Amino acid sequence: MIKLLVYLAIVLAFILVFQLMRIYQLSAEVKGKHIGKADENDNRSQGIVMILFVLALFAGLIWLLFDVRGIMLPPAASDVGVTSDNVFLFNWIIIFIVFFITTFMLFYFPFKYKKTKDSKAYFYPHNDKLELIWTVVPSIALAVIIIYGLSLWAKMTGKPDDKAMVIQIYAKQFDFTARYAGADNTLGKSDYRLIDDGSNNTMGLDSTDEKGWDDVIAKGDIHIPVNTPLLFKCNAREVMHGVYFPHFRDQINCVPGITTEIHFTATITTDSMRRVTHDTAFDYVLLCNRVCGGGHYTMGSKVVVDSKEEFAAWMAKQHPHFSHLYDMHHKTAVATAMK
Amino acid sequence: MENHAHADAHDTGDHAAHAHHHEHPKLSFIEKYVFSMDHKVISKQFLFTAMFMALAAAIMSTLFRLQLAWPGHSFPVMHYFLGDKWAPGGKLDPNMYLGLVTIHGTIMVFFLLTGGLSGTFANLLIPLQVGARDMASPMLNMLSYWFFLIASVVMMISLYVETGPASAGWTIYPPLSALPQAMDGSKLGMTLWLSSISLFVVSSLLGGLNYIVTILNLRTKGMKMTRMPLTIWALLITAVLGVLSFPVLFGAAILLIFDRSFGTSFYLSDIYINGTALSQTGGSPVLFEHLFWFLGHPEVYIVIMPAFGIISEIMSVNARKPIFGYRAMIGSMLAIAFLAFIVWGHHMFVSGMNPFLGSVFVFTTLLIAIPSAIKAFNYITTLWKGNIIFNPQMLFVIGAVSTFISGGLTGIILADSALDVAVHGTYFVVAHFHIVMGLSAVLAMFGGVYHWFPKMFGRFMNKKLGYWHFWLTFICAYGVFLPMHFVGLAGVPRRYFNNDLYAPFEKLQHLNVIISIFAIIGVLSQVIFFVNFFYSVFKGPKSEQNPWNSNTLEWTTPIMPEHGNWPGELPVVHRWPYDYSKPGKGVDFIPQTVPMEEGEMDEGEHV
Repeated sequence: MIKLLVYLAIVLAFILVFQLMRIYQLSAEVKGKHIGKADENDNRSQGIVMILFVLALFAGLIWLLFDVRGIMLPPAASDVGVTSDNVFLFNWIIIFIVFFITTFMLFYFPFKYKKTKDSKAYFYPHNDKLELIWTVVPSIALAVIIIYGLSLWAKMTGKPDDKAMVIQIYAKQFDFTARYAGADNTLGKSDYRLIDDGSNNTMGLDSTDEKGWDDVIAKGDIHIPVNTPLLFKCNAREVMHGVYFPHFRDQINCVPGITTEIHFTATITTDSMRRVTHDTAFDYVLLCNRVCGGGHYTMGSKVVVDSKEEFAAWMAKQHPHFSHLYDMHHKTAVATAMK
Repeated sequence: MENHAHADAHDTGDHAAHAHHHEHPKLSFIEKYVFSMDHKVISKQFLFTAMFMALAAAIMSTLFRLQLAWPGHSFPVMHYFLGDKWAPGGKLDPNMYLGLVTIHGTIMVFFLLTGGLSGTFANLLIPLQVGARDMASPMLNMLSYWFFLIASVVMMISLYVETGPASAGWTIYPPLSALPQAMDGSKLGMTLWLSSISLFVVSSLLGGLNYIVTILNLRTKGMKMTRMPLTIWALLITAVLGVLSFPVLFGAAILLIFDRSFGTSFYLSDIYINGTALSQTGGSPVLFEHLFWFLGHPEVYIVIMPAFGIISEIMSVNARKPIFGYRAMIGSMLAIAFLAFIVWGHHMFVSGMNPFLGSVFVFTTLLIAIPSAIKAFNYITTLWKGNIIFNPQMLFVIGAVSTFISGGLTGIILADSALDVAVHGTYFVVAHFHIVMGLSAVLAMFGGVYHWFPKMFGRFMNKKLGYWHFWLTFICAYGVFLPMHFVGLAGVPRRYFNNDLYAPFEKLQHLNVIISIFAIIGVLSQVIFFVNFFYSVFKGPKSEQNPWNSNTLEWTTPIMPEHGNWPGELPVVHRWPYDYSKPGKGVDFIPQTVPMEEGEMDEGEHV
């Protein structure tokens, strides 16, 4: 019943508005004004609003720039990230200059050249020289942007350091698991047909591959050592996921069926970053950044950047996933050496 | 309204109008307004359908913006629209959140900005501005609309199925979209989504082929290519883009349907889900991304090109000045159209494709900035020393150029692969493409509606309400998307139901509140437009034949032309369409039908 009344009220409101518009239109007709076409009064008032708007837009943008200080991402915490922030800054300077100039002209000209009683337009269909200038100048600017950007891209996606520590990021609905390659720095084989959540083989590791016997699967947070080249090999179990490290300025998708890679070196430990940000609760994070189902927004991991010593201590406390095989292998090796 | 329309046609007192009218047998109501083959009626059908779809998509955006600003709060409006299943106690369900963003994106991109924008203005303007009686094939044209309507209906129905609508994002990347086990939205909802889009592609192709053939073959005497208004150039290039790229989406959709229903593995490989290892191997989800974006990127130009055309036409008319650099405008559109086909990979920098290929796409993508810059500078120079009349449509197109510049500039960041990986998939991307593509095209579309309203309905819209509509929409647009850039730069991923995952995101919450408030006001402001629109259709002040003193051919028809457009002979064209304020003439406009005087130069012919 109440719903019905609300609908009725809305219908009546529309009828009222229509009647008001009718009255407005009739009174305008009596005064000899046109309610569809702009006249000089409109040109004057709208011209002023144009100027007010562009000033408000600039003011709003500047307010935002001040407002977001301290709540944006802290300085980049990886080698590629530091360059990335520099390239960002370079691009932002160009973008802001072009934005302020062109936007101001775009709103100022209508204000300046509004139609008044005796005003006339200047017939100006083309000017080859001008057009050449604003083809060539952006081209040069873009060439610089492209070269600067691609040089970083080459570094980001080029050959990883030979000694880079290999870590697998395994993504499934809705969590990440990290597997460290162990002493041989080589990940053991895995096969999706071997996955068995019941017997705790969540990544489908192949126990017949010796290289995997020393691999460590870390539960919980993902620990990485500072100032050590890292090579992440990313896999997904059922749908695509995204490996997104906002603080390291790097990202790659996890795709079922293929292995994707990113590599970088973390440069600031969690502890140091807590001092930089004056935030004792600060933590790095890994976020899933490819929609992966209903729980997508819950999928992420805390990332801890340890000093090399802390990392070694942490790693010492971990057990290889196939620890029985690893131990057996280890003992055999020791025995062989003794002979 | 249609009765008035008749009266108007007769009021012109043109005897030929009567003669022409009597040549045709009387059409029944159904033939005339429902299964009409008149391009002008089809244009209105597209407009009304798109307006309805856009309204639905706008309501969806309000719902998920409520959730993002005040996560976990209970809203009666949420419950009103979504009911007990999807908003128990007025709290949005996380699965429905994904459903809403997916369908919002799909409707806005395909149904409003592709079908709605091209469908409305290509149908209205192509025959009228090239001087043709109708499209080359009125029958295919009618079918184009009916496929569009069926696609729209199927898409709306998908909202009501028990397992919810498609929820994998509007890009529907497999395997998520291919596996019904992966999420409820990939069950019946996804089947309907794929069916709807397949029908949509059919509609788009029927329309597009028709637009191309009409423009190339049915131009009236004297309408050389270099005398066509930029609207027609834009719509021609748009149609070519659509015809070349939409079939690829169709192919991608068909392969996905096979993967979903017939056990193939085009996109699937090595998948373990719900305790089962699937037998599919050898497929690649990256293949889908290639196919999708091979359409997806030209698609954004399919959206923005008609906007360029509309902006050029309206700006020139209301600045009383020729569009600056007519030839450069055509050249830049052709350049953009060509480049549009070789940049799709910039959506895939994080997909796992070869990084070298990524570098190639960085290069081609940044090249697009050059013709885009030419367009922006040419628009600004068109305003310079103009004689500017602030009709509502002029405000809208200036707004559209503004958003095109603002959004285009942040594109420089996203085109740069090394920077893209830092912000890919965050709200920075959402802000960028909404401004550059969504807002520019929507604002231009509104401008087009205000400008050609007298041609469509023989009446004017109320300018004061037009001003209120523009400023509220425009201020809210920036209010929404300017702060959103910073949310993205702070690392917040899109398509997150809430940001509880990472505590520092809480510090950005006030920005989310600001965004949502602007978004809600912005959506409510559209009521002004709807009221103005529907009031004016029936009761607005009557138009004259050439209300804006334009040069183009559509204003040489009677106010409400019958099917066939010109009652007598087709008009003959003698000059380019931008002779505004030409020196030495008494008036500030010279319609295309006015013969050249001796020694007069046709600026369209200038090389």
